Amino acid sequence: MTDLSINEELVSAIVTSFVRDEVLKVGSRGVVVAVSGGVDSALSAQIAVTALGKEAVTGLAMPYRQSSASSLEDAQLIAEQLGIELLVIEISPQIDAYFERFPDADATRRGNKMARERMSIAYDISATRSALVLGTSNKSELLLGYSTLWGDGAHALNPLGDLYKTQIYQLARHLGLPQRILEKAPSADLFEGQSDESDLGFTYAEADQILYHLIDERRPPGEIASLGLDPALVQVIWDRVRNSQFKRQPPLIAKLSGRSVGQDFRYPRDWGH
Amino acid sequence: MVAGTRPVRLGLVQHQPVLGDLQANLEWCCEKISAEVAAGTDLVVLPELSLTGYFLKDLTPETAVRLDGPELAKLIEATGRGAALVGLILESDQFNFYNAAVLISDGSVRHVHRKVYLPTYGIFDEQRHLAPGDQFLATDLPLAGGASWRVGILVCEDLWHPSSAYLLSRAGVDLLLCPSASPGRGVGSGEGELGSAGSYGAMLRTYAELFTVFAAYCNRVGFEDGFHFWGGSRLLGPDGLILAGPLDDSPGVLHAELDRGHLRRARIAFPLLRDERIDVVQRQLGLSSDD
Repeated sequence: MTDLSINEELVSAIVTSFVRDEVLKVGSRGVVVAVSGGVDSALSAQIAVTALGKEAVTGLAMPYRQSSASSLEDAQLIAEQLGIELLVIEISPQIDAYFERFPDADATRRGNKMARERMSIAYDISATRSALVLGTSNKSELLLGYSTLWGDGAHALNPLGDLYKTQIYQLARHLGLPQRILEKAPSADLFEGQSDESDLGFTYAEADQILYHLIDERRPPGEIASLGLDPALVQVIWDRVRNSQFKRQPPLIAKLSGRSVGQDFRYPRDWGH
Repeated sequence: MVAGTRPVRLGLVQHQPVLGDLQANLEWCCEKISAEVAAGTDLVVLPELSLTGYFLKDLTPETAVRLDGPELAKLIEATGRGAALVGLILESDQFNFYNAAVLISDGSVRHVHRKVYLPTYGIFDEQRHLAPGDQFLATDLPLAGGASWRVGILVCEDLWHPSSAYLLSRAGVDLLLCPSASPGRGVGSGEGELGSAGSYGAMLRTYAELFTVFAAYCNRVGFEDGFHFWGGSRLLGPDGLILAGPLDDSPGVLHAELDRGHLRRARIAFPLLRDERIDVVQRQLGLSSDD
């Protein structure tokens, strides 16, 4: 096993400064973060509070009627501990109204719709507070494509996107997140009893080792198998990375003119800030 | 202290430029330089691309200045009788753009270093936008009431090629000025500091000690598009030890004094420059002494 542990003090300081700098310099007053009750969003919210103060952070809990009741309780626990406002906005009415037209829709379709509904609410609330939407996707999810395109994957800033899930836990433990949050199984909570690791078919601990060698070390898949990691799983994960590349990119634009958005019109996002 | 000289007061200014806002940065730099000179700083050093920010991409030509342009005139005026090193995009008559560090002293531009090594790998894309410089030259800079200091400039990636520091050493420098815009990478638990900070620390120490020179490192701070600039500005003495700093990753100014006696003592204790066998280097590389 390769040691993927991070220098928690250093990472904590950098991601905190990142949120403060990128929010304040564009003239925003704070952030809105969807708090699911899971470790990623709890950590993101905590970093934002350290960076900006609790008054500048708004938590959003957006349960569907089939979401686990404990998720909302955990979101409330996190908000209470951080001293932030938590808006609880039920998404059942609009989700149910929509799927009345498509009663046969499967769980994936319903889950994606919910994720996009939550994104839509987060952006709406953020506009009312001159705030930015803070993301909570970690590097494991991003690379595995384990997210909803334009759903949980849509946000203005993400302090956690370069930390593997196992590193998220390390940082969360270091920053003293509630034990209850640290101990529960990661879940997209699209339906009761769902868990990331059963959805994916492997654990984050396994995936992170393989992803580290593939992505950070740029080892060919064949070389990783020789490190004692399961060659079949290496291939599964490499395929997931390749097949989800579109999720990590802005939309493709048909190149026509001499200078085109997204291709050779290259300005930094922080242009003028 | 060597007779007839007083220590040079150095000010390393690590700041966060506004990305792509030439006028805002120019105004800020001019005010800072003026204030430092007025407070008795002999040489004010600003980071790489202090007039523009670093990840400029297509903003490169839009933020460029010319040596005979109004921006340089303002910087020269702000520097007054003092000296300052400023990082900027320099446009040539041929419309090439350089990542340059301009040394201003006593009413004129004394020296310009155009970054030779333009990183174009990983997170870097400098060769897409910039033309490379092609030389490492030293210059004599009168400081602190007239004593002449031989100064050479290495901009960020230039440091990663030891021949750069070696050439400046052969040109007789006393002081390496190293403006930088280094984005931080490497947060493994095995290291007590950022990986990039550790690399720069090791390089600066090596050059200062082996070439028995002062080395002043001025790195910027802040964020651009998620990239973290880690500061860490510092002054090393000719024995390789840190004389002042390193600063953390907040905006600030590091003041430090350089004493020519320190150079003398270091070079008596370790006469590495005297003993350097340039003839061996030339022979092995197939160069004549005229090359």
